Amino acid sequence: MSFSPGKKRIRFATVAFACLLMSACGTSKEQLLATTASQVQLRSIQTRAFDTTDRERTLRTIIATMQDLGFVMDHADETLGSVSGTKLDRSGFQNYTLRLNVTVRPRGSTQLLVRANAQYNLVQVEDPEPYQEFFAALGRAMFLEAQQVD
Amino acid sequence: MSRVWRHVPGSFAWVLLVSACATQIPKEALRLAPESLPLRQLQTRRFDTGDEKMLLAAGAAILQDLGFTLDASESRLGVLVASKDRSAVEAGQVIFSLFLAALGGAPVPWDEKQKIRASFVTRPAGTERPGVLVRVTFQRIVWNTAKQVTKTEPLDEPRFYQEFFEKLSKAVFLEAHEF
Repeated sequence: MSFSPGKKRIRFATVAFACLLMSACGTSKEQLLATTASQVQLRSIQTRAFDTTDRERTLRTIIATMQDLGFVMDHADETLGSVSGTKLDRSGFQNYTLRLNVTVRPRGSTQLLVRANAQYNLVQVEDPEPYQEFFAALGRAMFLEAQQVD
Repeated sequence: MSRVWRHVPGSFAWVLLVSACATQIPKEALRLAPESLPLRQLQTRRFDTGDEKMLLAAGAAILQDLGFTLDASESRLGVLVASKDRSAVEAGQVIFSLFLAALGGAPVPWDEKQKIRASFVTRPAGTERPGVLVRVTFQRIVWNTAKQVTKTEPLDEPRFYQEFFEKLSKAVFLEAHEF
């Protein structure tokens, strides 16, 4: 088989474009277990320790902070130490949906670990800054310092 | 000139790819804004009672009165979550769309339905002013006749909250104090 240089170029361009399309997003099923940042790095970005063992007060303060930030609660479970909420808002001309799940669990006998997971529209939030803002707001409401966990 | 034009399709494809996969959270999305305090005052009332469960039950009843269905609840944390699906048709939009169609334009979809969500949260007030704080928050998602989401927004009009707390106050025979 032989192709003229023009046809070859078109065929190459088509194949290259198809590869590009596929590699840009992968198959959508892969999203199920997909993460981009390393798990350890993400956990450290999303987690803070607080010097308290009062789980109920911590959960209630998390709910109050989320309401301050404009969230409407979706769910709360004291036994599991988990709360979640959705913020519907607008930035410029863009409507967005921000979902936040926060869990609380003991760390040793004197501390609680608080982990927050945020999803912005269709992507997981991996930028440290929004989490820093969230924990700063939570720390102020708790009257406690949000401590970085390594 | 022709060299420049040669790059246009490629650049366009890149912009399309990048915009499809990358979206960035706005920096202020999780920042405590100065306007959060007046909003908190608008959405919160204090009731002179120690009975948090009674307020939760009354809240559930008021939400039901307003046609909401309870989606989730956790009485140990004082949380109720409810929603309702309703029509979002506004006469103005329909008339505008029909007007455009009459002029020979393509039919413009109009807002058709909405989901209104509410969360009702109670918590004990501080020690200097005892009682129970109730904070209610509303938001909605609107879809048009083409099944596209057209609005995702908080419902912050003061009258919604004033009316809700008037109803709650009557139901529990207690005055709702400004927070």
